[in-house]
Amino acid sequence: MTGPPAPSGSSAGAGLSPRQRRNISRGVQYAVFVVLAALVVSLADWAAIREHFLDMKVAENLFPEIFTIALKNTVIYTVSGYVLGFFLGLVVALMRLSSAAPNRWIALVYIEVFRGLPAVLVFILLGLAVPTAFPGIRFPFDEYGVVAIALGLVSAAYMAETIRAGLQAVPRGQMEAARSLGMSYSRAMITVVIPQALRIVIPPLTNELILLFKDSSLVFAIGVTSATSELTKFGQDIATEYADSTPLLLAGATYLLITIPLSIVVRRLEARQAKAR
Amino acid sequence: MAHAVEIRDLHKSFGALQVLKGIDFTVDPGQVVCVIGPSGSGKSTLLRCVNLLEEPTSGQVVVDGVELTHRDVDIDAARRRVGMVFQQFNLFPHMTALENVMIAQRRVLKRGRAEAERVAMENLEKVGVAAKRDAYPAQLSGGQQQRVAIARALAMSPALMLFDEPTSALDPELVGDVLTVMRKLAEEGMTMLVVTHEMAFARDVADRVVFMDGGVIVEDGPAEQVIGAPQHERTRSFLRRVLDPTHTDV
Ligand SMILES: Nc1ncnc2c1ncn2[C@@H]1O[C@H](COP(=O)(O)OP(=O)(O)OP(=O)(O)O)[C@@H](O)[C@H]1O
Ligand SMILES: [Mg+2]
Repeated sequence: MTGPPAPSGSSAGAGLSPRQRRNISRGVQYAVFVVLAALVVSLADWAAIREHFLDMKVAENLFPEIFTIALKNTVIYTVSGYVLGFFLGLVVALMRLSSAAPNRWIALVYIEVFRGLPAVLVFILLGLAVPTAFPGIRFPFDEYGVVAIALGLVSAAYMAETIRAGLQAVPRGQMEAARSLGMSYSRAMITVVIPQALRIVIPPLTNELILLFKDSSLVFAIGVTSATSELTKFGQDIATEYADSTPLLLAGATYLLITIPLSIVVRRLEARQAKAR
Repeated sequence: MAHAVEIRDLHKSFGALQVLKGIDFTVDPGQVVCVIGPSGSGKSTLLRCVNLLEEPTSGQVVVDGVELTHRDVDIDAARRRVGMVFQQFNLFPHMTALENVMIAQRRVLKRGRAEAERVAMENLEKVGVAAKRDAYPAQLSGGQQQRVAIARALAMSPALMLFDEPTSALDPELVGDVLTVMRKLAEEGMTMLVVTHEMAFARDVADRVVFMDGGVIVEDGPAEQVIGAPQHERTRSFLRRVLDPTHTDV
């Protein structure tokens, strides 16, 4: 090195350079982690864990139903709820930005109610209370219909707020340019504003999909048969049957099989948007 | 003879703020009229009232024989005949240059794909960006974007073109390309209403120059008169400021 002498050593009062100080603080953090991990490992009863959480004989009984029934149902519940929630959310978001005051009020009330209620309560209301109150009503596709509508109603409230933010993030000049070309308000929304808004909100909407995957477990609240059970209920039933927690662990791992790749996708999309900006 | 644009006693307020305080003027078919004036004088607001992007508080706007301020008028239909070019271009960023020029032809005029593409390419060629047909706006320079925006408006066969400071957002070396396109349009006989700070363009191209200040028209006359020999002191002091190179704040 032929550069001037490094000034770092002379500045520190305690005789430590900033880099040395940073290294020491890192070292302390790692030490704390190691101690905590060692504590957990030493306190755990490994024989019991192997027996109750990693029992291969119990695990064998889960396959292939954990995929062919439980995961399949989880995906059906989630995707149908998500699609419904998305379109309802889009409508509510547009109403929220409407120039007609009643539209805005209805949208606001909807959002506040369904964001405020616990999702499980919506399931119960829809699955048990509605059939009691309206004996004539039958949901299409039985449990599937109830779950799709319940998840749709709840997720729509969240998605509406996300989509509204996206719509507002599209510069006003876009609507003006479209209107100046003779497009009507709705035509301009559909061809110009909404496509740009959705591009902006793809990452948060994908996050919503992850949340919904987990919320689909709330279907237990309305009672499902073995044919319509999803991952959590499925794991729980078999866990009870064998008095062993291995099924729960496997059900959990199956959720992660879906949610972790989705998270990676979200992070990629966010990184790409950050770069485009 | 019918006017291309006729504005009568136009007022526009934003809440308590009176921006236009009684504007009267006309543009004849084939005329180029430039609107000049200090920042905040209401030039953009006036232009935006001509295609009803702003709703006038009172007064009448008649374009091509249709009174836009009449409550029974189909404003979407009326706007098809009025092209508008914005300072910030406002191209649709999720569409290529070609799609930008095709979309309103397809969705508004219901032209077929082949015809819309033919008209789009004609206009992209006219403004000199045909080679960029498949580029997205983000891949174009400001000058190229503005020319695509002009092509987009022209593709609707407008009877009147409105320009709101079309070169103000451009790097100086790109201004010329856009002005050249506008000169060509003027020569072809397009009726144009142009808000601009480009005094050379106004002097050379405009049939008439309108000077606005404080929400009223102070002076309206032939370009050589309003710019060359202004009658009013407010016009003179404004022109002194914009033409004097030591004042760059306008
Ligand atoms: N949507 C609006 N709401 C409230 N005030 C507005 C709105 N649009 C414009 N104004 C105000 O109206 C006045 C005139 O604005 P306008 O944009 O017409 O001026 P301008 O002559 O085009 O100025 P510039 O040369 O800076 O573009 C300004 O004081 C502006 O703040
Ligand atoms: Mg302006």
